[in-house]
Amino acid sequence: MRLMSKAAVLIGGAVMLSLGAAGAQEEAEGDNWEDKPYIIEDGKVDYGVYNGFRRYHNTCHTCHGPDAMGSTFAPALVESLKDMSYADFTETVVNGRQSSGAGGSTSVMPSFGENPDVMLYIDHIYAYLKARADGEVARGRPERLDPENDPVFQEYQESQ
Amino acid sequence: MHKNANATKGMEEMDKITLRAACSVFALAVAAPTAAYANDELIEMQSDPKNWVMQLGNYSATRYSELEEINADNVGDLQVAWTFSTGVLRGHEGGPLVIDGVMYVHTPFPNKVFALDLNDSGRIIWSYEPQQDPNVIPVMCCDTVNRGVAYGDGKIILHQADTNVVALDAETGEELWKVANGDPSKGETGTMSPLIAGDKVLVGNSGGEFGVQGHMTAYNLETGEQEWRAYSVGPDDQILLDPQETTHLGEPVGENSSVDTWEGDQWQLGGGTVWGWVSYDPELNLVYYGSGNPGTWNPSQRPGDNKWSMTIFARDLDTGMAKWVYQMTPHDEWDYDGVNENMLVDIEIDGEERKVLVHPDRNGFAYTLDRETGELLVAEKYDPAVNWATEVVMDPESEEYGRPQVVAEYSTEQNGVDVNSEGICPAALGTKDQQPSSFSPETGLFYIPTNHVCMDYEPFQVSYTAGQPYVGATLSMYPAPDSHGGMGNFIAWDAAAGEIVWSKEEPFSVWSGALATAGDIVFYGTLEGYLKAVDMESGEELYRFKTPSGIIGNVTTYEHEGKQYIAVLSGIGGWAGIGLAAGLTEGTDGLGAVGAYASLSDYTQLGGQLTVFALPGEAGGASDMDAGAEEDSDE
Repeated sequence: MRLMSKAAVLIGGAVMLSLGAAGAQEEAEGDNWEDKPYIIEDGKVDYGVYNGFRRYHNTCHTCHGPDAMGSTFAPALVESLKDMSYADFTETVVNGRQSSGAGGSTSVMPSFGENPDVMLYIDHIYAYLKARADGEVARGRPERLDPENDPVFQEYQESQ
Repeated sequence: MHKNANATKGMEEMDKITLRAACSVFALAVAAPTAAYANDELIEMQSDPKNWVMQLGNYSATRYSELEEINADNVGDLQVAWTFSTGVLRGHEGGPLVIDGVMYVHTPFPNKVFALDLNDSGRIIWSYEPQQDPNVIPVMCCDTVNRGVAYGDGKIILHQADTNVVALDAETGEELWKVANGDPSKGETGTMSPLIAGDKVLVGNSGGEFGVQGHMTAYNLETGEQEWRAYSVGPDDQILLDPQETTHLGEPVGENSSVDTWEGDQWQLGGGTVWGWVSYDPELNLVYYGSGNPGTWNPSQRPGDNKWSMTIFARDLDTGMAKWVYQMTPHDEWDYDGVNENMLVDIEIDGEERKVLVHPDRNGFAYTLDRETGELLVAEKYDPAVNWATEVVMDPESEEYGRPQVVAEYSTEQNGVDVNSEGICPAALGTKDQQPSSFSPETGLFYIPTNHVCMDYEPFQVSYTAGQPYVGATLSMYPAPDSHGGMGNFIAWDAAAGEIVWSKEEPFSVWSGALATAGDIVFYGTLEGYLKAVDMESGEELYRFKTPSGIIGNVTTYEHEGKQYIAVLSGIGGWAGIGLAAGLTEGTDGLGAVGAYASLSDYTQLGGQLTVFALPGEAGGASDMDAGAEEDSDE
């Protein structure tokens, strides 16, 4: 669980509950997981991206909009994740963020550091958003890879 | 003058309905309540169409005005009279109040209030801006909306996002009292507009997506002291119901009617928040409102009927005790909150004059109930797209009496966790959300702004953390398939027959409160930003004007110095604003459905503006008005 320790250092004292699988994929592919945290074959996505889609649309989309397209009061993560590092992403999700502008346009993102529905799946949500930002996943519900050909799913199952 | 070409056509209709409703709203409005209160003035004031004293126009929640200077003949000439920027770029729900030459305008978070002098070009007499912890912002599901202030006994009552209820001196804006109605750190927030009835301020809580326990609370208008609090879910003494006296469809509810329909202590996260509209019958001294969705959108996590979420409550104003309840959607599987407005009218049903309550629910059925007894009279779909249930059983002998007959294919419970149920109509937005309807005693019809949106819904396991979203489902929404392609309709509804009389297609959900007037017209706003006026009889569009931003506010009318005005807030946002920024740039490859509201950004941007309309010319109708059309009924 390399990612786990990485995130834990970033977060400092914040509570970390646990973390879904993602590490094996990085090693299996030899790429930098943070840059390309997904496997997509013939338009079908790995379990991480798929579950990230679900979990994003459970918690995040009420502000950041369907398909990470943004809303009248929160930025489009399909854009934000083009420049945002994994470290900045987890830091923001765990600790929240606040900004103020004129006319009462204060924007506040809460801390999700203690929310298991987010923290258990933060790598999945990251993978989904990164795939969206990279233009690799279209809007709507992505189609899953066959579980037998999905190392991310297999690792996730083993971790449960 | 053909003052109204449609009037003749309409007369047949009028005969048929025997003007059955003509005596309703106004009879109610002038009836004296049993006890004398400081604000009996409200009953008097709401019968004067020059003022607009409460968000829904009157205690019966009909949003109808006797004003008729602006009418079907001349509404095409309507012009912008003046405008006012609120300075806030968030979703603007609700609308202004007008009381004796002063207009009270509210905003979404940070919940400013402005008193504008109508005698002096809308000069700001006073303004109020509360100090609130911005951490309440992200706890508000679906934008930081506020559905408007209330007036009573010289006070303006503001219900802040952080749940504080504040009484302001209507003349000076001075803070008179302030009371916290909930705990934002647990996800409780404030969006609903309070109702003032008797000597009480009635206000509920929001936070149905955060596992809070919904409640309605009565505060003393003079002091702000809590007089009663009635939860929607929980033990009998918390719900304020009497196992023997409180009825559900004519039968006593019995003991532990709520907790027995939850597993263990799940009712504590049970939701049933109270964030919609409240109406009041002074004769019966009953207040009416609905409760929202049960906690977590994953139905498998909360077996049972989950009473009394999704329920209309009729409560005694003085004690808060429930006289009757009716649960529309037992064991919700789709997020069909029961909070929509309850319109109180007297109409003829099966040849008999009935005191009824009409409630177009999120679940796509419009219910007509006897408001005295809670007897179910009519329950019919008000959008033909509705498919999650076949019908509501109307046979009192049936075990299923009053229950919707759920279609297995669209049951997110029966399909199970981690299964995506497709093609459910309506979407979680409901066939109608909070946008209030209007009722015309002339036509006897209800004018209902609706959504025409369907969804896919996949429930999954979630955990509860205080103050964090407690949702547990993934949704995709899209225009109703095999229909006109739009996401809304504006309809005329016959609540006695349970039939749509006419339906006007709209490209987007109609998320704006309607206003019917004695000028034979109905107004509403659209998400693209149009204020529209349509013929009351036919639905034919007579006027449209594009305001600077999408309209999710409610249309208001008033008279000042002999001239009728129409006012509406623009400012896209709310649930409808989610996805506004989502363009269609990526096309729809491999996608059966595009996110609903996706192309709205092609039409409008953020805003925060009041637009006030009038006919051209001086007050009194010197130029363009028909002789005889300027009479106001003033009683």
